[in-house]
Amino acid sequence: MSSPIRHIASNTFREAVRDRVLYNLIAFALLLSGAAILVGQISIDIERLVVVNLGLSAVSLFGVVIAIFIGIGLVSKEIEKRTLYTVLSRPVQRWQFIIGKFLGLAGTLVVNTLFMAVGVFAALFYVAHKFERADGWILVALYFIILQFLILCALSLLFSSFSSPLLSAIFAFSLFIIGCFSEDLRGFAAITGSGLTHMLVTGATYLVPNLSALNVITSVAHGQPVAPILILYNTIYALLYAAVALCGAVLIFDRRNLK
Amino acid sequence: MPSIEIQGLTKTYKVGFWRKREKLALSPLSLSVESGEIFGFLGPNGAGKTTTLKLLMGLIFPTTGSARILGRDWTDPEVKSQIGFLPEQPYFYDYLTARELLNYYGLLSGIPGTELKGRVESALSRVGLPDAGNVQLRRFSKGMLQRMGIAQAILHDPKVLFLDEPMSGLDPMGRRDVRNLIEELKSAGKTVFFSTHILSDAEALCDRVAVIHLGKLRAVGAVADLTSNVRGQVELVWQGNSVPASMKALGTEGHVLGDATRAVVPEESLDLAIDALRRERLRLISVTPVRTTLEQYFVEKLKSSERTAGSAE
Repeated sequence: MSSPIRHIASNTFREAVRDRVLYNLIAFALLLSGAAILVGQISIDIERLVVVNLGLSAVSLFGVVIAIFIGIGLVSKEIEKRTLYTVLSRPVQRWQFIIGKFLGLAGTLVVNTLFMAVGVFAALFYVAHKFERADGWILVALYFIILQFLILCALSLLFSSFSSPLLSAIFAFSLFIIGCFSEDLRGFAAITGSGLTHMLVTGATYLVPNLSALNVITSVAHGQPVAPILILYNTIYALLYAAVALCGAVLIFDRRNLK
Repeated sequence: MPSIEIQGLTKTYKVGFWRKREKLALSPLSLSVESGEIFGFLGPNGAGKTTTLKLLMGLIFPTTGSARILGRDWTDPEVKSQIGFLPEQPYFYDYLTARELLNYYGLLSGIPGTELKGRVESALSRVGLPDAGNVQLRRFSKGMLQRMGIAQAILHDPKVLFLDEPMSGLDPMGRRDVRNLIEELKSAGKTVFFSTHILSDAEALCDRVAVIHLGKLRAVGAVADLTSNVRGQVELVWQGNSVPASMKALGTEGHVLGDATRAVVPEESLDLAIDALRRERLRLISVTPVRTTLEQYFVEKLKSSERTAGSAE
């Protein structure tokens, strides 16, 4: 990795840690411990299902909030506080700054997710008293959640490269919500015939991130396996989508006057 | 060889929401700063000083024009490892300690790991913060942040330094320290381009200055050359406490200093003033030319440029 990118990424990670972003893990741990105890008392035979569903959904939700809220501030905060001036006056190119910021936040989210994954497995062990072979698919669900984070980080960076933090947050959250229902959007496109509406809806399905394909929480909670080809396709899709969004962010930021 | 060559740099912004109109922030600016020179870039607030520095740092893009730094195109990434920049009212990552910040900037500037520690300690010492290395920047005062700004600008031993209002926020001791540091940098052969509106600093430090106002370059030259064209004044001191009426008619006011009186008259009125004192039989003690300060020159230049701008409208 190019040296400035590495230094910017590690500084972004350090910023997240020092700004107590990982404190969300405490809230997550409390939520999961409480849920595990409660589930142990009220559900019969479906403890595993409930804990996996709840745990993975919480991992996703906590991560999405971090990805969007930190992502939208990565560039705008540096411009607003003018910390960017002393970085870009060094032999650092703008694209290196964007990529470094992205990787720093992605690293933070991966570490965050790993800690939360440990929490999910601990809660699962608490309610089920053992691990099953099917629990391995939880790792795939976690991997898909990380892929979602990469897409959302890149989108947040893209929006923050040209708009205010508030608008960036609205755009990113809207796309997240729409992305979660992208399969429904595809279904709608299929029934719209062949007119202008069909073209517009079909265009929208390709434009919004297909986050529903990256959500295998329910099937994993039921102990169902994930097809290896889906893992491959989802990996390629998420990396390509994030790369395109990052390219957009770089292209816009490269031409931006820093006032 | 010039260290900095600015060739016809202009910057216009589009303002307004519906009917966008162009606002000129910088008229074609051409300047040349020699190697090893301390160059002062003077102007009141909003004159275009920071815009020029931002353009040179690549933080904003010019509408037209270009520049060369150390003989290379300013957009050449290699140039940036040879320059140091202090932005106006600098602000840094406040979750870092002073030492961590300089380490980070050192790595970005390409300082080898083996040299980094020594460079960081040296920079902290040079700006008078040798004991603040482990203090988080959120605990720094405004003056300490300014010193950190200078430390990060000199950290990688650049050949050319761009300092935007380097004395801003500093107490008198801090200002003296920064003045000394700039002189040290000159002795080490560095080129220093600094913007300021504190004219006494520019007068004390600069080999040459440029005056910018309303986005236009108004004058460039050595301080002595620029001030030599300003209308001279002469100080007269005579014995006694009275001021002759004919002297008052020249528009001169006398200030009594014990058993003597002091007055400053325009150079062209000197003979008339001396004649008035002779007629009153007052004993002249001294006649001293008053050195024109950069401030007088600056004020006159600003007034004339405002008049020009007003008549143009």
